[in-house]
Amino acid sequence: MTIDATDRHLINATQGGLPLTPEPYGEVAGWLGLTEAEVIERLQAMQARGVIRRIALAPNHYALGVTANGMSVWDVDDAKAEALGTRVGALDFVSHAYLRPRALPDWPYNLFAMIHGHDRKEVAAKRTEIAALLGDACRAGDILYSTRILKKTGLRLREGS
Amino acid sequence: MRRAALPPDALDATDRAILNALQDGFPLAPHPFAEAGKALGLGEEELIARVRNLREEGVITRFGPFFDAEAMGGAFCLCAMAVPADRFDAVVTLVNAHPEVAHNYERAHRLNMWFVLATDRPEGIEKVARAIEAETGLSVLRFPKLKEFFIGFRVKA
Repeated sequence: MTIDATDRHLINATQGGLPLTPEPYGEVAGWLGLTEAEVIERLQAMQARGVIRRIALAPNHYALGVTANGMSVWDVDDAKAEALGTRVGALDFVSHAYLRPRALPDWPYNLFAMIHGHDRKEVAAKRTEIAALLGDACRAGDILYSTRILKKTGLRLREGS
Repeated sequence: MRRAALPPDALDATDRAILNALQDGFPLAPHPFAEAGKALGLGEEELIARVRNLREEGVITRFGPFFDAEAMGGAFCLCAMAVPADRFDAVVTLVNAHPEVAHNYERAHRLNMWFVLATDRPEGIEKVARAIEAETGLSVLRFPKLKEFFIGFRVKA
């Protein structure tokens, strides 16, 4: 997946969000000296290549009362991990789902899924739903609740890097 | 970012409909607000004004393209450490001093410190993880992602 210098300018111009005007893509085009059609085509192409996952609104889930979360982790049969991970990732209460290497003997888990809910009780109930979905393919599981944010910085692409 | 829940009456039915609909996607067309507004029964100007208000009130954290950071050329790795309680604060200081540590959480587990390393190039991950091991004398377990799944996460407003 390669992006050229113009794509990079487009990423930098829009990673803070789209302008709230009737023609946002035209406005961005004006900033960068491109045409609106070019901006739309490039965004379409980046979406097709997976550089852009989607163009959408992300609500602040804390403001909407979804304030609890837990990192659920599972030891899933390798042969079934991809198929099951796909189903877990599609759940509407899971915000991140990944397969990661185990770190034996300390860490037997290979599937990670971040669960969100209005409170811990709801998070725990959702975890039970995942356990049911995984069934016999899952040997063990755990959930790690965060007790403190030690550092949080936004990820931003450096200009020209 | 606002971390407290809004009072239940802060949003009306139209706000909620906008939040629910635009989580699924926003048109890539010359007049996207006019297009998205049609399905919601809202005019272009009204939808823009509503979205602006929601953003100003902190109800929207992001509105626009979501980029795959790795596709843009960066490297990322989730890492975990088992930090003895009596050294926790000192280790936090050492770990957080690295600008490559993007976020860091204390979690209730024997592995009690979980952070993400973000570097421009893949080689950078090993370099920083080894530096943290040398500085702290503790192992840094590396959990790079092998596979990421399409995310269906939606919050019902």
